[in-house]
Amino acid sequence: MSGWEIFQVWLVAFLTLALFSFMYKDNPIYRIAEHIFAGLTAGYQVGLIWDTIILQQVWVPMTSGQWWVVIPGILGMLMFTRFSSKYSWVSRSSLAFVMGATAGIFLISELHGRVLPQIQDTMVSLSGEGGFGATMLSIIIVIGVISTLIYFYFSKEHKGALGVTARVGIWFIMISFGAHFGYTVMGRVSLLIGRMQFLIEDWIGSFI
Amino acid sequence: MIKTTRTTLNYLTGILTTIIFVFPEVIRAQSEEVAEIVTDSLFRVDRINALIFVVVFCSAILLYTKWAKAGKPLFLRKIPGLDAVEEAVGRATEMGRPVLFIPGIAELDEIETIAGVSILGRVAKITAQYDTPLMVPVRYPLVLAAGQEVVEQAYIEAGKQDSYDKDSVRYVAGEQFSFTATVNGYMMRERPATNIYMGAFFAESLLLAETGNAAGSIQIAGTARPEQLPFFIAACDYTLMGEELYAASAYLSREPIMTGGLKGQDFVKMLIIVAIIIGVLLATFDVGEWYIHLFEEV
Repeated sequence: MSGWEIFQVWLVAFLTLALFSFMYKDNPIYRIAEHIFAGLTAGYQVGLIWDTIILQQVWVPMTSGQWWVVIPGILGMLMFTRFSSKYSWVSRSSLAFVMGATAGIFLISELHGRVLPQIQDTMVSLSGEGGFGATMLSIIIVIGVISTLIYFYFSKEHKGALGVTARVGIWFIMISFGAHFGYTVMGRVSLLIGRMQFLIEDWIGSFI
Repeated sequence: MIKTTRTTLNYLTGILTTIIFVFPEVIRAQSEEVAEIVTDSLFRVDRINALIFVVVFCSAILLYTKWAKAGKPLFLRKIPGLDAVEEAVGRATEMGRPVLFIPGIAELDEIETIAGVSILGRVAKITAQYDTPLMVPVRYPLVLAAGQEVVEQAYIEAGKQDSYDKDSVRYVAGEQFSFTATVNGYMMRERPATNIYMGAFFAESLLLAETGNAAGSIQIAGTARPEQLPFFIAACDYTLMGEELYAASAYLSREPIMTGGLKGQDFVKMLIIVAIIIGVLLATFDVGEWYIHLFEEV
């Protein structure tokens, strides 16, 4: 390992331990790492946006004849009016465009990506043709989807039959959360193992 | 009354006409040959099921909004997490500490961020009324601009324009974990009395919620990410799950447009339940395959 590589490993190990020190309490070492992290990110983002958006998505297409990129370019430029207290209202049109377009695009994409497939996949046969196990699974799917939808029904108080169904729905939701929790924790543990491997093998291993 | 009935009839006629004239087209388009032909045309006949859904959805929302504007009482059930918002801001006021609001860590082109920013407006109005300091760290410039707009508007509406501090909404860092590290540091140093997380959250959800918990803050979270919700449920005092996040804004504001939208969504949910039950019955008796194909995703 060259001197430069050793320096890099030590720097990364220091920053890793500095961030881990937050588990004890907030301290000056953590603050150093925090400020380095935030500062580096800000600098990196400026470079990234300049290259991937301003150059690649606006300047290059515009200079090669795709004049219509001027329109989003102007909407972006309008955001600079925020620096003026007199004309800052102009930037609202850009914000309104983004928010409106987002709502519209999401309505269709969620409809195609989630709502319609979910409805269709819930329309399963309960005739018992596929055997006992398959039928039970189908019953669970139908009850799960309907009761969960009922839980998210806000127009009536959850009392009586509606309340019972909503309670079944929350059970389905909680079971699903339990599965998600376990799955995500496994992912986090593997991240921790990765950091530990770095500290033990790359860092401690470099001087033992 | 007559006017409302007429409006209702107009909407229903529109929906029925669409169903009668357009549904046969859908069924026709489901055949593979037609579907292949229509794919290249300007109007995607094979996607007409989506159009019908959007028409029904928008009609229901418009109808309920009209009713709400006309002053018709529209009931919304209690959402416990939201009732706690005002209480939590009151606690911050009593303790003389700030309220921390994070509108998620996603860009403004995420619908959860828009919901988060919308709730921020309601929370900012309460903090303005109580003269409680508000801190809103954000990760993207567009969210910064939108956040500043809604907070300023909330302070104006509360008659406290002079108390509005533009720096209360601030850009912290553009990277997920540098944002988290900075916000965590802020939580431990400033010890906000109340932390409100509303929007799209990812792997940082537990890091934020656990730190807030360690700092002794009351925490209210809301997200539609099923993989992050368990962490919020474990570490926060109140959690809004999935659609409760989108309902929150309507619930807090009680504005006719928002309430009408929520009621319209509820109506569509009921239609979906009915559609599912019909589909299950048809599938069980092995008839009406055409019906199930109406919900084909293209």
